[in-house]
Amino acid sequence: MKVVYADNNASTRVAPEVTETMMPYFGEYYGNPSSMHSFGGQVAKKIDVARQQVADILGADPSEIVFTSCGTESDNAAILGVLRAHPHKRHIVTSRVEHPAVYNLCKYLAQNGYHVTELGVDSQGMLNLNELSDAVREDTAIVSIMYANNETGVIFPIEEIGVIVKQKGSLLHTDAVQAVGKLPLNLAMSTIDLLTLSGHKLHAPKGIGALFIRKGTTCTPFIIGGHQEKNRRGGTENVPAIIGLGKACELAKKYLPDEHTFVKQARDKLESEIMKRAPDARVNGSQINRLPNTTNISFEFVEGEAILLLMNEKGICASSGSACTSGSLEPSHVLRAMGVPFTAVHGSIRLSLSRYNTMEEVDYIIEQIPPIIKRLREISPYGRK
Amino acid sequence: MWDYTEKVKDHFFHPRNVGDIENPDAVGEVGSLACGDALKLMLKVDKSKRIVDAKFKTFGCGSAIASASALTEMVRGKTLDEAAMITDNDIADYLDGLPEQKMHCSVMGREALEAAIANYKGVKIEKPVDEGIIVCKCFGVTDNKIAHEVREHKLTTIEQVTNFCKAGGGCRSCHPQIQAIIDEVWQKEKEKALVGKGAMPVKKLTNIQKIMMTQETVERVIRPILQADGGDIELIDVDGDRVMVSFRGSCAACSGSKVTLKSTVEAKLRELVADSLIVEEITA
Repeated sequence: MKVVYADNNASTRVAPEVTETMMPYFGEYYGNPSSMHSFGGQVAKKIDVARQQVADILGADPSEIVFTSCGTESDNAAILGVLRAHPHKRHIVTSRVEHPAVYNLCKYLAQNGYHVTELGVDSQGMLNLNELSDAVREDTAIVSIMYANNETGVIFPIEEIGVIVKQKGSLLHTDAVQAVGKLPLNLAMSTIDLLTLSGHKLHAPKGIGALFIRKGTTCTPFIIGGHQEKNRRGGTENVPAIIGLGKACELAKKYLPDEHTFVKQARDKLESEIMKRAPDARVNGSQINRLPNTTNISFEFVEGEAILLLMNEKGICASSGSACTSGSLEPSHVLRAMGVPFTAVHGSIRLSLSRYNTMEEVDYIIEQIPPIIKRLREISPYGRK
Repeated sequence: MWDYTEKVKDHFFHPRNVGDIENPDAVGEVGSLACGDALKLMLKVDKSKRIVDAKFKTFGCGSAIASASALTEMVRGKTLDEAAMITDNDIADYLDGLPEQKMHCSVMGREALEAAIANYKGVKIEKPVDEGIIVCKCFGVTDNKIAHEVREHKLTTIEQVTNFCKAGGGCRSCHPQIQAIIDEVWQKEKEKALVGKGAMPVKKLTNIQKIMMTQETVERVIRPILQADGGDIELIDVDGDRVMVSFRGSCAACSGSKVTLKSTVEAKLRELVADSLIVEEITA
């Protein structure tokens, strides 16, 4: 059966150009980039190219890019690195809707002697900047606020947040895993001190991430070992994946306009048509400040896992904030932080597109979802008769 | 990814007996929208108390729908007494098993059946598991229900409790209370076993034992319950059978604290320490 992939905030297809660029580095070019011989040295040169490509999409300097193994490692390296570099500062500010990589790390730190302020969000998923301003204190080592939310696509005004953080003399880290490749970034003119990105969210493979560390930012290395990455991250480089990430960033920069034309049009059509055809549904999160590829819709009186199962039967891949799909029975902390009623959280479905989707696929999803909802509502004891 | 058996998938994709029965002889409703799953079971029963028709409506995940569908197939043609023997494990077995995290779906099936049978007989269920103190606020699960699942399925970890009745699966703030219930159930079972063998005859507690057990029960069992509502309690003194306590936090100002004193504090101490205890509140 044909697979219609609408779960691009979970992971993305590796671009064929990326695979092609990587292939020789699994085979013939196996030298260690740290070696003195030119067989290894040629690999090091390719890593430099990749670093430049990653820097280019961020508007950063290549010296500010550190390759890591994933977004979670970048988040850990940023937060723990800053805390270790500023041991007298024991306070962290974050939000209640962060990805688990930040959310659970901050929970862990709170249990281990740090003070953590978790900022709430309103029903649109937005932060109150006055509250943020009040939260940052003299002993705040780091403020970690995501660029865009993975579940709802809601974008935070990160530059405004950065101005506040700068005024208060603290550092700003942002998990931009969902933003890079979807939103234009220019870190040369930015208030961001540290930024996380992940390869597999922008058509590079899994197992590769990067951390932007602004020149002059003190951040103790997270993985201690060899001199790789200018002593900022020990461990032999994941050469093929780094080269793949570089290529993916180059492509993402080239296709960035598509995100705001084709992808956005596709998402808008998907959302408005589903809302038109399925009664008792609501869109979760601000529709103004939102990633162009994401929609999060709650269907009342039905449960998300059951919806996903029936969508899966039709070859459609998506996600849900329902408790039954979380593996832990915990319904989405993001939707709950927004005050979405429990009933609507259970029936929430996230659809996230990419430049590889087609309008035909969008039309197919639009056709398939309303009857699935109707079918489950006929089984449900709730709802309109 | 879903780890469902072919049977579960079959009953989810093609659920049997969905719908309503007009003028049903018995109805059992459990769960709620907020909990994430709910089941309404309707039965038609003939004069010989045999179930001639069973229908259901379910709000829930794939295995909740499959469990309800399986249940209706299982009870059809059975007498009420025969149906009453069906356990949650039977429902899971009928479906060739359920993933561990989904066992609460079969529990929901059995509870709906119990509720329907009680509804037919016009009786209240003897010890309704829904009564008691709500321990898990996220899913509205009571201490009675948790204790019941722990005993019934010989559960020893919080994770298992979550799998069987969802308690503790949300914000996790009730985990210490769930652990206390697990400990309490198995402590009691152990004592029962020892008493059964005559190794530990029930004997009068010494004063020091009584004080220590009272203190432990207040700390481990009672305080977590009150703290969950923003209240607290302090043990002031024990004099013979008189236990003197003082409420703190929101309990101190709460008009319902007299009820709490008897229904929670005294009940728990009598249950876990000695029947003869009388709890008194000391106000500052």
